[in-house]
Amino acid sequence: MSEHIKLPEGSIEKTTTTLNLGPTHPATHGVMQNILELDGERIVSADQTIGYIHRAFEKLAERRPLAQITTLTDRLNYCSSPLNNMGWHMTCEKLLGIKTPKRVDYLRVIVMELARIADHLICNSIMGVDAGAYTGFLYVMQYRELIYEIYEEICGARLTTNMGRIGGFERNFNDIAFQKLEKFLEEYPKALKEFENMFQRNRIFMDRTIGVGGISAQRALNYGFTGPNLRAAGVDYDVRVQSPYSSYQDFEFTIPVGSTGDSYDRWLVREQEMWQSLSIIRQAYQKVQSFTGAEAEVYHADVPEYYLPAKQDVYTKMEALIYHFKIIMGETDIPAGEVYHSVEGGNGELGFYLISDGGRAPYRLHFRRPCFIYYQAFEELIKGAMLSDAIITMSSLNLIAGEMDA
Amino acid sequence: MAPMPEGHQGEGFFATSLNSVIGLARKNSIWPLPFATSCCGIEFMATMGSHYDLARFGSERVGFSPRQCDLLMVMGTIAKKMGPVVKQVYLQMAEPRWVIAVGACASSGGIFDTYSVLQGIDQVVPVDVYVPGCPPRPEAIIDGVLRIQDLVGKESLRRRNSDNYKALLESYGIQ
Amino acid sequence: MSLTNEIIQQRLTEKFGDQVGGFSSPYGMLQFEAPKEINLKVLNFCYDDPQLGFTFLTDLTGVHYPDQKGRELAVVYHLHNLTENIRLRFKVFTAIDQPEVFTATGLFSSANWMERETYDFFGIQFVGHPNLKRILNVDEMDYFPMRKEFPLEDQTRIDKDDEMFGRG
Repeated sequence: MSEHIKLPEGSIEKTTTTLNLGPTHPATHGVMQNILELDGERIVSADQTIGYIHRAFEKLAERRPLAQITTLTDRLNYCSSPLNNMGWHMTCEKLLGIKTPKRVDYLRVIVMELARIADHLICNSIMGVDAGAYTGFLYVMQYRELIYEIYEEICGARLTTNMGRIGGFERNFNDIAFQKLEKFLEEYPKALKEFENMFQRNRIFMDRTIGVGGISAQRALNYGFTGPNLRAAGVDYDVRVQSPYSSYQDFEFTIPVGSTGDSYDRWLVREQEMWQSLSIIRQAYQKVQSFTGAEAEVYHADVPEYYLPAKQDVYTKMEALIYHFKIIMGETDIPAGEVYHSVEGGNGELGFYLISDGGRAPYRLHFRRPCFIYYQAFEELIKGAMLSDAIITMSSLNLIAGEMDA
Repeated sequence: MAPMPEGHQGEGFFATSLNSVIGLARKNSIWPLPFATSCCGIEFMATMGSHYDLARFGSERVGFSPRQCDLLMVMGTIAKKMGPVVKQVYLQMAEPRWVIAVGACASSGGIFDTYSVLQGIDQVVPVDVYVPGCPPRPEAIIDGVLRIQDLVGKESLRRRNSDNYKALLESYGIQ
Repeated sequence: MSLTNEIIQQRLTEKFGDQVGGFSSPYGMLQFEAPKEINLKVLNFCYDDPQLGFTFLTDLTGVHYPDQKGRELAVVYHLHNLTENIRLRFKVFTAIDQPEVFTATGLFSSANWMERETYDFFGIQFVGHPNLKRILNVDEMDYFPMRKEFPLEDQTRIDKDDEMFGRG
């Protein structure tokens, strides 16, 4: 080869091309870099660089009292912030030994499943965009706006919700929130059905995703996969079923499981999970409506040391005043101890490892972030595949940069 | 419909300054480059959706190639690792170029006053409009783009060659 | 017979004697510690033993205790037995001037990046790791930010005034 072409001094001869699928790229959702070695169109190896949005959450959390860390958890998986918020509140409740009433649990389930639908909608429609179908994405964004309107009625914010307090919610869900929920439950299934019809048996979509980025159940477990990616590989591990939290044991739902773990299976698992989430929301809504009388007004646990007491008590009773002062100044008595709690996030098992030394802020808080853990397997998933397959695999894994770098 | 610039008109002709005409043409056809890193990027996706449609203001075609875009929309937290990348993308853009910092993190570091986050992208590139919010509502992002349109419409054609502008770029270390 | 915390504790003390210690069950999760030289032996035992079967590594992280001399840095492993639904917390302590711990990447592929993150934040050197370099921070950083002596804020910034933020 080099006898025909005169190479300059100091050049390296290699047979592969280096391609930088860099941090700013239209198809990478979030900032992550892959340096690929290509042999023609086939990928020989891939080297990942992350940390382009490292915001030092764990160090920040050592500065803030427990109630202020909710705003940090919003920004982990920002497509489904209420899930992270509820997970954090449940971790604090485990540490402080607070038991929430049933109505609070059911309201939390409604909010968490809405967040899961929002997260899976983004992932599936962006997978469609990467495969070439832009319409599906624009169509379902309209229904995410409906979910945002429900969040606005509950907590006031659209995206980074900071929803709820330790022990429950900050205010009862008003009638408008339930009306919007009913409107969503009525209109959304038709849209999801249309979205499904567009992609599920579409020849082009199936050709581009079947057999792409597959992983066996054994390797997936070794790589620490959880969530829809693991269920697509055939392992039915769902934190909601194995260690039920927030009264999930009272609900009837199935866990969709794939077989080959490729991108098509991941799309299908997320699609079916959205139908299951709709069914869970309907059951939870019925259960919430079945509470009558005084029980229907309960929206938080009765723990005045950690949840702000009612204002009329603060102005009349001494203990309520003291608790109010301590909670606002962040000087409540937190027991020392170590707790690990996990919830089923949009991407898998989102865990919170909290070490408290009795001070106002945690001694150490570590987030077990599913995206960070399963992105390690990316090289193995795309070895030997074509460049366009790498793009589809990346979007089918639902990589959220905020969660990856924390 | 865009309002007509000031000028002198008569039977079959309309005389105005070249500035206004070029400004009018440029401001209603800005091609943005969405540099979306985190949560503000999801609000941008909602802005581009059909509910809050940014395309009706002329930004129909979002491009990802810096050489073909006019407006760099930086949305989301920029970490120190990402700072050189933002600067590189800014350098690749052709004049005239504008920068909008969407969100609290891009404007000033936001809630992340930490060792790894750049406290605002105006440490590395000159910024024209800041949109506060965490994340800003889509209406706020549209408001920011409309202010960019005001700036674009009123900008003098000689600004990019003037000494003031050159001094501004010098202060950022850009030739 | 399904697995309980007592059975796990019994199996571990049978195998390792008094090398494993510090058994406690805060909030229902069994936790124990062992010297850092046998961390791989303990992990392998928990993986291979047919009764224990902890084949899933949920989490691997580090903690800095500046007040415990000789045991400043801790590596915490969270293990999970998916079939029996039991979790386990295993801690290994090391001194800050000799922070070498054996790597678990041979057993769990998920430990790869988690150990890089722990190295990046605390400076714990994992012996035998295939690619131990910084993962989340910039490569040129010369200190380990999560250690307690380092502040949260970047000390070289000039626009934020610490006095006004109440931390002057």
